[in-house]
Amino acid sequence: MTNHWVDIKNTDLVLIMGGNAAEAHPCGFKWVTEAKAHRKARLIVVDPRFTRSAAVSDYYAPIRAGTDIAFLGGVINYLLSNDKIHHEYVKTYTDFSFLVKDEFAFNDGIFSGYNPEKRSYDKSTWGYQMGADGYVVTDPTLQNPRCVYQMMKAHYARYTPDVVSSICGTPKEAFLKVCEMIAGTAAPNKTMTIMYALGWTQHSQGSQNIRTGAMVQLLLGNIGVAGGGMNALRGHSNIQGLTDLGLLSNLLPGYMSLPNDAEQDYTAYVEKRASKPLRPGQLSYWQNYNKFFVSNMKAWWGDAATAENNWCYDWLPKLDKGYDLLQVFENMNQGKVNGYICQGFNPLASAPCKVKVSGSLAKLKYLVIIDPLATETSEFWQNHGEYNDVDPAKIQTEVFRLPSTCFAEEDGSLVSSSRVLQWHWKAAEPPGDAKGDQEIMAGIFLRVRDLYKKGGGAFPDPILNLTWKHRQPEAPSPEELAKEFSGKALKDVTDPKDTAKVLVKAGEQLNGFAELRDDGSTSCGCWIFSGAWSEKGNLMARRDNSDPYGIGQTLNWAFAWPANRRVLYNRASCDPSGKPYDPTRKLIAWDAASGKWGGADIPDFKPDSPPEDGMNPFIMNPEGVARFFAVDKMAEGPFPEHYEPMESPLANNPMHPKNEMARANPAARVFKEDWASFGKPDQFPYVGTTYRLTEHFHFWTKHARLNAIIQPEQFVEIGEDLAKEKGIKDGDHVRVRSKRGFIVAVAVVTKRVRTLDVEGRKVHTVGMPIHWGFMGLTKNGYITNTLTPFVGDANTQTPEFKAFLVNIEKV
Amino acid sequence: MQVTRRQFFKICAAGVGSSSLVALGFAPGEALAEVRAFKLARTTETRNTCPYCSVGCGVLIYSLGDKAKNAPGEIMHIEGDPDHPVNRGTLCPKGAGLLDFVHSPGRLTQPEYRAPGSKEWTPISWDDAFTRIAKLMKDDRDKNFIAKNDKGETVNRWVSTGMLAASASSNETGYLTQKIARSLGMLAFDNQARV
Repeated sequence: MTNHWVDIKNTDLVLIMGGNAAEAHPCGFKWVTEAKAHRKARLIVVDPRFTRSAAVSDYYAPIRAGTDIAFLGGVINYLLSNDKIHHEYVKTYTDFSFLVKDEFAFNDGIFSGYNPEKRSYDKSTWGYQMGADGYVVTDPTLQNPRCVYQMMKAHYARYTPDVVSSICGTPKEAFLKVCEMIAGTAAPNKTMTIMYALGWTQHSQGSQNIRTGAMVQLLLGNIGVAGGGMNALRGHSNIQGLTDLGLLSNLLPGYMSLPNDAEQDYTAYVEKRASKPLRPGQLSYWQNYNKFFVSNMKAWWGDAATAENNWCYDWLPKLDKGYDLLQVFENMNQGKVNGYICQGFNPLASAPCKVKVSGSLAKLKYLVIIDPLATETSEFWQNHGEYNDVDPAKIQTEVFRLPSTCFAEEDGSLVSSSRVLQWHWKAAEPPGDAKGDQEIMAGIFLRVRDLYKKGGGAFPDPILNLTWKHRQPEAPSPEELAKEFSGKALKDVTDPKDTAKVLVKAGEQLNGFAELRDDGSTSCGCWIFSGAWSEKGNLMARRDNSDPYGIGQTLNWAFAWPANRRVLYNRASCDPSGKPYDPTRKLIAWDAASGKWGGADIPDFKPDSPPEDGMNPFIMNPEGVARFFAVDKMAEGPFPEHYEPMESPLANNPMHPKNEMARANPAARVFKEDWASFGKPDQFPYVGTTYRLTEHFHFWTKHARLNAIIQPEQFVEIGEDLAKEKGIKDGDHVRVRSKRGFIVAVAVVTKRVRTLDVEGRKVHTVGMPIHWGFMGLTKNGYITNTLTPFVGDANTQTPEFKAFLVNIEKV
Repeated sequence: MQVTRRQFFKICAAGVGSSSLVALGFAPGEALAEVRAFKLARTTETRNTCPYCSVGCGVLIYSLGDKAKNAPGEIMHIEGDPDHPVNRGTLCPKGAGLLDFVHSPGRLTQPEYRAPGSKEWTPISWDDAFTRIAKLMKDDRDKNFIAKNDKGETVNRWVSTGMLAASASSNETGYLTQKIARSLGMLAFDNQARV
């Protein structure tokens, strides 16, 4: 979230699209209710289903799953052609005036530089025109046809209300009503928040769904303000934290990234990431990359990391390609993976195309499960009748199942969607012989280390030198680890302006990332968490809920990254002269008397940079401003374009009916053998989509008695028209089939899933909750991901769970 | 004849004609009222965070036992934390069932091992499990570690063993796991944020 849960109370309009907060995040959704009750805020829900969020909305618009970019592209067109934008904001704080390279082009759905064999782009034309001064050329008059504003206007002019309605199946008047409500927040004293979740991410064009939403918010000046923002409602209690800590194949902590094979030179690796400002007077905060990187290496390898060995740069593994979950299961399926460790992750249930995942696991030599619960993955080799029909005798995988603690049995911190790190405390011992995750990881690691110590082996240096200064080496404590990622001074850290002044003494915890140095004098395992545990103590454990400004900031409750800031980009809530656009919702302002920015939040800005210096609010971008034109940051193009889901009920992309290459996302990676696993509408005519219920949490709560009682049995939801067509009655058992397999479930016939008019014909949707499996207290059921396709978003490889093709029949 | 309330019920239950005893003026003495003690009054309260979605609701966990060494805690109630600025004491239908998650019969209680081709789990000690896993990992790493690629570039990666990390585990676990995975040269490494 750019903003945070409580901040939703400050909004005038809520758009829930690609999410269902009332059911999936009920206690956060309360702040929508609060805004409705106390600010007369209104709620719009755009969703393929009439969800419980929709049930309490002021306006609901249906949409065909997988067509969000068409809808939002239509909103952009509406805002631009009706001039409903925040003029000063977009002119000053975005790239509206930046000129794009003349070579950049877009023809019938494909951007310049496409290679159809590789299904990827050469992005060299996706950039700015650069001036002799080394800065981007701009046209403040916005008249140049190559300026981002003019190019964006031309790009989205094609998304007319008629086109949107025909692609999305949203009635035209409903679409226009939503546009009109959204447009009202272009006024400087009005704002909208967008709340989204997996309904936007789980598509082959998921990242661009979110980008298009962010573009709408930027046009309206709704980023950086109280009650505004792009608010990702994350799906697990610490999915934010593990992302922040870089537990993804290509990441290091704090959104630093691992080098590629070609990046053999350490200096070049840093320079590429420490972008220099692209406009005069901009901060470009990533210029500090080396300070974060060196401090990270010092945290991991201590004295072994020296200037001479480039702080152990060569010890980091280098990437020849992405190793995301889908790629790893593909490799496993090809017999290239021998071992796999699942720590609290149940891929048999949560990865797409169960038959491929199950077959891949069976090719492993060893599988290690670390979990509080008996997961389906841990028993992938066991015959569970129709729900997991395998022959154990044929599966040669050795499996270890190690019991771990749950939340109630450990101390530690979790990062909520609000980016707040909250400490929790242990209430009881775990059952039986279960151990904490830290003890389990240490148990494995220390034995591996011993083997290398005694017998040597492949490149043991990073293992033997890994810092391990724990009072109980076999059980590193949460306190020690939290202090390590928060960071400390290894030598006295002095003020760069006055080197006689010591800011932090050697051995002390740092106050924040501003104190990090690139000379090896600081150690910090995750720069964005820096300051979470300072000499003041564990700030994550703070419990002062006072809200002196009355807008819900509670700065002394726990600790938010970065720097305890609660609303990102909050400088953009003020006009160029430093005055809040809406004084009734003031987050920060420039105080000329003290020469500082300040207010209800920690400024997301250089705190002493006066407005007249012209530094812009988006300090993490080298441009200093927000980007509509994504340059080379996205896989499938600088402007989001509508592509059909990989499996679509339409034969072509209505935006580009004659270009087969532009039917589905041209940059989405598909493994060779998987093309044959995609279904066509003649056999699988209905749109399948998966989702969660308010009574269950993923595949966990089927193990909890209360939840198992209130939602005991697998079901699917279909509309009345489809039920009638197929002769299915409420309560009948049905078989839902995709090209990859089938599930059997009880049919719920409901008005909440409706038939849509798409491209002149009727399109039906089959809705499927995901929560069942063959372990736990609920009635055994099929794993819903039996049905889903093995393809992901072109940027993140997040699987396309939200839009695929199925057929349905009465059993 | 004085009878206590309890004796009176015993007499009543004893049999024939007892229902008429009251009618004969044979009634018990004054009832001694006792308010049932508030169940949570003698429990230990611990502050925690709901492990489900990312709203990060504060929860209060109530357990029997006072954290003395010889009095192992037993969690008997979990509710929303009223001091918490986000959930203000509330919990949703998922969070309301947290107690049943903690005490689920699906909780694993001891390390288990499934041999190749076997139809069942067998118990294994922690030490044996760690030792065997470490051996499998080292053997695989030694055999398949790539120090240099075909072009002779230093790459130091190990991609024949992978790992999925838990996004309900703490930052401290996540940090330790990240550090260990990269020290081994692992790249086939993700968490639930990927899906």
